[in-house]
Amino acid sequence: MTGVHTDADATIAEMQRELDDLRRQVATWRDAYDAGKRRDLNFTNSAKEVAPVYTALDLEGSAGTALEVPGVFPYTRGIHPTGYRGRLWTMRQFAGFGSAKETNERYKFLLEHGTTGLSVAFDFPTLMGYDSDHVRSEGEVGKCGVAISSLADMEALFEGIPLGDVSTSMTINGPAIILWCFYIAAAEKQGVPAEKLRGTVQNDILKEYMAQHAWCFPIEPALRLIVDMFEWGSTHTPEWNTISISGYHIREAGATAAQELAFTLADGFTYVERGIARGLAVDEFAPRLSYFWDVHNDFFEEIAKLRAARRIWARHMKDRYHAKDPRSWVMRFHSQTAGVTLTAQQPMNNVVRVAYQALAAVLGGTQSLHTNSMDETLALPTEQAVQVALRTQQVLAYETGIPNVSDPLGGSYYVEKLTDDLEREAEALFVEIDAAGGVVKALESGWLQRKITESAARQQWEIEQHRRVIVGVNEFESEDSLTIPLLKIDEDAARNQAVRLKQLRESRDNAACTARLDRLREAAKGSENVVPFILDCARAYCTLYEIRAALEDVFGAYREPVFF
Amino acid sequence: MSRPIRVLVAKPGLDGHDRGAKVVAAALRDAGMEVIYTGLHQTPEMIATAAIQEDVDVIGLSILSGAHMTLFPRVLDLIRAEGRDDLLLTGGGIIPQEDMDALAALGVGKLFGPGASTGDLVAYIKNWFGQRPPQAV
Repeated sequence: MTGVHTDADATIAEMQRELDDLRRQVATWRDAYDAGKRRDLNFTNSAKEVAPVYTALDLEGSAGTALEVPGVFPYTRGIHPTGYRGRLWTMRQFAGFGSAKETNERYKFLLEHGTTGLSVAFDFPTLMGYDSDHVRSEGEVGKCGVAISSLADMEALFEGIPLGDVSTSMTINGPAIILWCFYIAAAEKQGVPAEKLRGTVQNDILKEYMAQHAWCFPIEPALRLIVDMFEWGSTHTPEWNTISISGYHIREAGATAAQELAFTLADGFTYVERGIARGLAVDEFAPRLSYFWDVHNDFFEEIAKLRAARRIWARHMKDRYHAKDPRSWVMRFHSQTAGVTLTAQQPMNNVVRVAYQALAAVLGGTQSLHTNSMDETLALPTEQAVQVALRTQQVLAYETGIPNVSDPLGGSYYVEKLTDDLEREAEALFVEIDAAGGVVKALESGWLQRKITESAARQQWEIEQHRRVIVGVNEFESEDSLTIPLLKIDEDAARNQAVRLKQLRESRDNAACTARLDRLREAAKGSENVVPFILDCARAYCTLYEIRAALEDVFGAYREPVFF
Repeated sequence: MSRPIRVLVAKPGLDGHDRGAKVVAAALRDAGMEVIYTGLHQTPEMIATAAIQEDVDVIGLSILSGAHMTLFPRVLDLIRAEGRDDLLLTGGGIIPQEDMDALAALGVGKLFGPGASTGDLVAYIKNWFGQRPPQAV
């Protein structure tokens, strides 16, 4: 036994000598660095100060991921043992504009060009739960996405696309439960049962109150609808992600990387707690929770953010919520390049920004990726711009060799240190959110919204002070700004939608609609799960707004805290 | 002594993207203007009414939803119907140049796109205020 101790002591002494030697070398380097000529400005898109070099000394007290492999708790290095060799990320381009018919054509174009999953962008009226012919919809129908006012529109959207064979993501939140029922009913019409459906409904209402602002109901009833979907989905749609907990919009609204990480995970924990409070076992619904991250400009910070996100989620799910099923521990996520980093000036430069951001997303181990198109600060993208964005992913996937190796930056002193730091910052922000009363209270008081607004104001100030360089905007400007062709959305979508809705209301069984809406109101007043009743309304061709209004009769409307 | 310029920053329509509106509202306030922010999801009628009740000099609309060709003319018509041609209607968002030109022809002021500096916006409003015709008392 003494011999073992002596060997161990000798090894420790040897390591100490090596570390002392490294300390001396770092001190020598520091002198040389301080004496050297340097640029004063540390151009970055991060709120974080970074050191000029990282060594093993920066990881003292942390193992980094030296003892980790991919596919094993806490999953810092990725969720799959096979990495991208097992399955490449899904190339999922968010699209939608005009009518269901036009968008259906765009989907067929994307599928022909190798996109591997569909992603529906709805117009603002749909996002807010208004029919295309509602007075609040005027001027907005089909402008920012596709207009879907009933099951009939959803059927047209996927005409000729077998819903048993594609996976579909739907970016819808306030009225998510209604659009999800339209989708399930449209699949039924194609003869595809709900249990065969694969895809995601964004359904993250907390980040709507926080950042994106497409809400329908007050916070508590909105959370009840989400838990109804968790509960119903856990038995009826086992392949469907009932939520995509989204940092994207929080970041786009101005949050820093650490705030995006912490606020989004805090939302995730809130949903888990609500599911548990309903009496669901955590392992019944947690495996269907997925995430959605923004991938911004600061390259290494973004990679570290994705690594830290996986680790924080796994630790909390296992240790705090006592999930036993490893599928509840793993964070599966979609990523999108950062729309807010695109510039209207010299728009071709955006292709390069998007490529770097896509690279960061892949090095961070994303399961799914949307690459933005170069023209999106000016209008919805043209087919040509969308094609370049998709080809950017294909070049990355098939020409660079990057997908061959899992977590290729694991072991980088810098990336490991950033990962540790972001985890620590997120944990500190969780404490602050708790002190503000938890996510729901912090939304009602506006605390979370203020944090984001303050960060946005600071970033604008930094740009105007030239502390941040934006190529083509505040540096390297050129007068001969290249113009690119833009997509035009005409007013036909609105007119056609109004006609379609009128015909629908005349041809359907209106007595059945009224009866089913009444039954839904009754369910909403009590504690029944409302999914089956909304599904019945969808099948009877009740419109989006009719269903929203029935729920609003019971739940009331949301009022935001207004400030700037 | 000149009084502060009063500005209503408004988010018309269903668009929830308020980052730009809030950054602009704060920048105008920091530049010494009196700023009122409406919050989200306002109708043109709500905006015109607020502008007249609050007796502002300038209305700034932030629209990122593509509905600018409907919403700017509607607000313009409403304030003109109240006889308030003296107000400046300006704004910004995701608005293609040719739409900006068409709105300018209707009488909408300068519109600011992505990447615009808040300094330019402040200068534009102050310049307009300094040059506007003398007001009836």
